[in-house]
Amino acid sequence: MTETVVSAKDLSLTFETNDGPVHALSEVNLDVEQGDFVSFIGPSGCGKTTFLRVIADLEKPTGGTISVNGMSPEDARLARAYGYVFQAASLLPWRTIEKNIAVPLEIMGYTKADQQARIERVLNLVDLSNFGKKYPWQLSGGMQQRASIARALAFDADLLLMDEPFGALDEIVRDHLNEQLLQLWDTTNKTICFVTHSIPEAVYLSTKIVVMSPRPGRVTDVIDSTLPKERPLDIRETPEFLAIAARVRDGLRAGHSYEG
Amino acid sequence: MKASSGKTIPVLTVIAIIVAIWYACVVWMNAPFEYDRAERAKTEPPGFSQLISKTMAQERPVLPAPHQVFTEIYKTTVLKKITSKRSLVYHAWITLSATLLGFIIGTALGVALAVGIVHNRAMDKSVMPWVITSQTIPILAIAPMIIVVLNAAGISGLLPKALISTYLSFFPVVVGMVKGLRSPDQAQLDLMHTYSASTAQSFWKLRWPSSMPYLFTSLKIAVAISLVGAIVGEMPTGAVAGLGARLLAGSYYGQTIQIWSALFMAAALAAVLVMIVGFAHSYVLRRMGEKPEGVAA
Repeated sequence: MTETVVSAKDLSLTFETNDGPVHALSEVNLDVEQGDFVSFIGPSGCGKTTFLRVIADLEKPTGGTISVNGMSPEDARLARAYGYVFQAASLLPWRTIEKNIAVPLEIMGYTKADQQARIERVLNLVDLSNFGKKYPWQLSGGMQQRASIARALAFDADLLLMDEPFGALDEIVRDHLNEQLLQLWDTTNKTICFVTHSIPEAVYLSTKIVVMSPRPGRVTDVIDSTLPKERPLDIRETPEFLAIAARVRDGLRAGHSYEG
Repeated sequence: MKASSGKTIPVLTVIAIIVAIWYACVVWMNAPFEYDRAERAKTEPPGFSQLISKTMAQERPVLPAPHQVFTEIYKTTVLKKITSKRSLVYHAWITLSATLLGFIIGTALGVALAVGIVHNRAMDKSVMPWVITSQTIPILAIAPMIIVVLNAAGISGLLPKALISTYLSFFPVVVGMVKGLRSPDQAQLDLMHTYSASTAQSFWKLRWPSSMPYLFTSLKIAVAISLVGAIVGEMPTGAVAGLGARLLAGSYYGQTIQIWSALFMAAALAAVLVMIVGFAHSYVLRRMGEKPEGVAA
């Protein structure tokens, strides 16, 4: 039996701007189950990041309802229900990698010994065990992003929200990190919501792909992946993979969002 | 060391040029006095070589020669007891103590105001315009008033002068720290929000460390301007001690050599103070793990 982690009903969010209202999200209905890897894909302005920010209580919806772990997003945030990974690693330059990972732990009041144990565990998970004492500038972009994932995993949040975490990295590093992320998801049994605008990335990673389109931001298609849980990188050449990718592409095209 | 050896020659060249121009000006500006003297004494006007040696040894020259100034500085620092009223070190210390006290109060006030402005919308709207207005009032106008009012209130000595330093030095600190405390980017602030960090936690873990480069840049300006404040505080108020008093006394009695040596002392003091803040700056940033090339992250 699976539990629903995120449940959105008729969720809307309208930003009032000087140029009139912007409908960032319009009547979004979506359930994310425990253990899902859900990708949100769509062109800029389709509301995929906004949806993630609503889950994280960084934006307030203007209509509809949303629950996270059966609570309001604010209560979920106060209960430390999720870890958030941004596109930029956003590590504090004056702290070592270890100390960066310690930031949420210090804020949440873990004991020193517990902090140390957790730091070691998550550094292992992201394959950075020997880099704890380094400063962020001594690490490559990919390593920095892995450190920021480790930071989001350090406390006991079952939900991981990732906003284009590999968007600024080159494709070789990205492939590698995608593989690692799948392993991580497998070993930790977390629920992951992942924003991207890469079709192969979305298909490769996800158990569920949410295709969105802009103006107003809405969900045009939800695709349940038929790919097995075990996914070597070359699964991307199989007909099954290509069929899902084609459906995603059709969904994006149906959103007729390519007027640019 | 490598960087400094690359700078030595250009710096020395500039100093040599300045000294050369200075000596030329000494002859040119002090010559009329020598011609006058010769005319009054009804003797021959001095020849060129005589003119040079005479213009550089006047007692009250229009422009004293560099060696006269440095001899005076040597006499009034090394050869005088520090406790003597004629010791330049004694006067420099009087000014320095007011400078440092004013600098410390100004920094504390500036940081406190910046923290308030960043965290409180009402303060953001109301305080900043007054902070800026405060600096449009000429310090020369307000200095005597501060001294007189505080004297009437029974406060005299170090504090009134220090407050004039404070008045000048809090400004760069407020402006720099407001900018520094607001320097974390949105993602970093959002991250703190997702941790449900309190305002105090965000402040100490994010805003305060982010503001350090801004703080030290402001402190360099603040410490130099504090010295100016202390000297200005000594001038219009009939102070008997301090570099400002030396400058004023020197100008009353036409003691140009004394004026120039006080001036050099003030400049040296300012240079040392700014250097100390500079060392503190690089020390703190190095402790914070800054990239060695000094590239801001």
